[in-house]
Amino acid sequence: MENKAIQSQGKQGLILEEPFLFEQSLPDSIGVVLPESEVDEIDIESALPSALIRKDIPQFPMLSEQQVVRHFTRLSTWNYSVDGGFYPLGSCTMKYNPKLNEVVANMSGFADIHPYLPDEKVQGILSILWDLEQYLQEISGLDAVSLQPAAGSHGELLGILLMRNYHKQNGDSHRNTILVTASAHGTNPSSAAMGGYKVKSLPILSNGLTNLQALQESMTEEIAGLMITNPSTCGLFEADIVAICKIVHEKGGLVYFDGANMNALLGKARPGDMGADILHFNTHKTFATPHGGGGPGAGPIAVVAKLKPYLPTPHIVKTNESFKLEYNVDQSIGKVRSFYGNIGVLLRAYTYIRTLGASGLEEVAENAVLNARYLAHKLQDTFHMPFTTPCMHEVLLTDEKQTEQGITTMDIAKALLDEGFHPPTVYFPLVVKAAMLIEPTETESKQTIDLFIAALHKIIKQDHNVLASLPTKTKVKRVDEVSASRTPCYTWYC
Amino acid sequence: MNVRDNLLYTKTHEWLLFQEDGQATLGITDYAQSELGDIIFVDVPDVGDTIESEESLGSIESVKAVSDMELPFSVTITEFNDALQDAPQSVNSSPYDDGWIMKIKVSEDVKNDLLTPDQYKELIGS
Repeated sequence: MENKAIQSQGKQGLILEEPFLFEQSLPDSIGVVLPESEVDEIDIESALPSALIRKDIPQFPMLSEQQVVRHFTRLSTWNYSVDGGFYPLGSCTMKYNPKLNEVVANMSGFADIHPYLPDEKVQGILSILWDLEQYLQEISGLDAVSLQPAAGSHGELLGILLMRNYHKQNGDSHRNTILVTASAHGTNPSSAAMGGYKVKSLPILSNGLTNLQALQESMTEEIAGLMITNPSTCGLFEADIVAICKIVHEKGGLVYFDGANMNALLGKARPGDMGADILHFNTHKTFATPHGGGGPGAGPIAVVAKLKPYLPTPHIVKTNESFKLEYNVDQSIGKVRSFYGNIGVLLRAYTYIRTLGASGLEEVAENAVLNARYLAHKLQDTFHMPFTTPCMHEVLLTDEKQTEQGITTMDIAKALLDEGFHPPTVYFPLVVKAAMLIEPTETESKQTIDLFIAALHKIIKQDHNVLASLPTKTKVKRVDEVSASRTPCYTWYC
Repeated sequence: MNVRDNLLYTKTHEWLLFQEDGQATLGITDYAQSELGDIIFVDVPDVGDTIESEESLGSIESVKAVSDMELPFSVTITEFNDALQDAPQSVNSSPYDDGWIMKIKVSEDVKNDLLTPDQYKELIGS
């Protein structure tokens, strides 16, 4: 029997036009009624110098409460979220977040803890955070964890600061450059630069993997370390990772392992065993915590034993059966965030790990890779795949086979909107031309992935002139990205 | 793809026109602009800055990507094409004329580090 539930996509509903609040303004409308003032009015001219008194009243919109509520409620219905549908943004891991995590994070015993409560009053949350540190050590194969960073990028910056401190302690301050693989996450070079280093890009081979010879030649006395993303943003596992780490270590450098794609490795392989010295987790990609929206986030980092003394304070210390937050750590680089980190996010990651257990986490990795390889298998005859190395958790395609028909990656992405799908990541990574990076994630069913594959096959059978006019079913049609970028409009009236 | 005979080129798709006063004009090639797509912004360092070999001479932003300009030798920047601030599309429509990007002070002996028009044609397979 045909499953209707999964086909209810790509139709238009009651999508309403929504002008700016300024344009909806009605003279004398008011949203609140203020009580009569209990203090006497004073003459503003006598209270303030005339230069500080505004001559014109700003053009604030005049609106009723109902207008404001409808405005924001309508806007909220334009949002697209992973709770609403398939979201195959490669490199972003837009996986479904189980609601149990929300229930736990919102329990009053956790949500209402005051950050200044003494350690003995918060033994419960400290024991959970301590356990989470142990889980992350086990998953990463590394020796110590800090839960402090408030985002993956923050974890990266902390990792780089630890690297800098390590070299400084060893009298190696002349090391001023960090190597970053061309297939690394875009944040890696930024983090290295933020940490005060020069950045040198390391090319990839035609198979998409890191060039060992180039690494060997680049590993000079100036190099503080290597930043590598594995699996890479090409969706490929760096099969030579052990040799790569060895080359870096032999020349006194450290290996920063970007753990953003750990959902492909969970329970299967551990970066620490491969030779990584520092790793950050993106809890929203590897486990399940809220995605995007500007945070709050969490980007715990794991390190080898020799870097442990430098971790930021406080350290969670266990003595007998009680826990305390230790702020006096001689060699620590100091604080990177207030209090104990983003506890609400960390609790969600903890809940996810405890819910699935070790075998469940291993299945996460299996399904993440299986779903991507299934997609790759079904699309390999239709689309150009720049690399023959089997993919991990995401599939990299280009529009090369469609070029003759005049169809571009952008056309395919826009046409997917009319088919009821959020497009994949496009034109990234930059190491291939006109990329489409598709990450189905471990939480999607075969039915959804099949519908997505069917949509792609349908799209490329259409005439390129038709595709160039899509999307037509969306509220906003094809936007003129060039004009929008060249002559941006930042105000409501331009 | 248009490759001009009076220019020298880099492997990273910049072109240089050497003048007699020890200066050269720099831009990106027709091939580079067509690969980048619609250019929306050209970001450059300050006039008077000296930029070391293989360091960024500024970046070119298109709707698809941001890419850096670089040269295999050190140069000092003497002038920018200010018209590009309002009309970055000149780099697409006229990469060798109106779309020139900057003027640099450079010594003659760096010419050996550059590609001839024929070598550049070979590089881009045209």
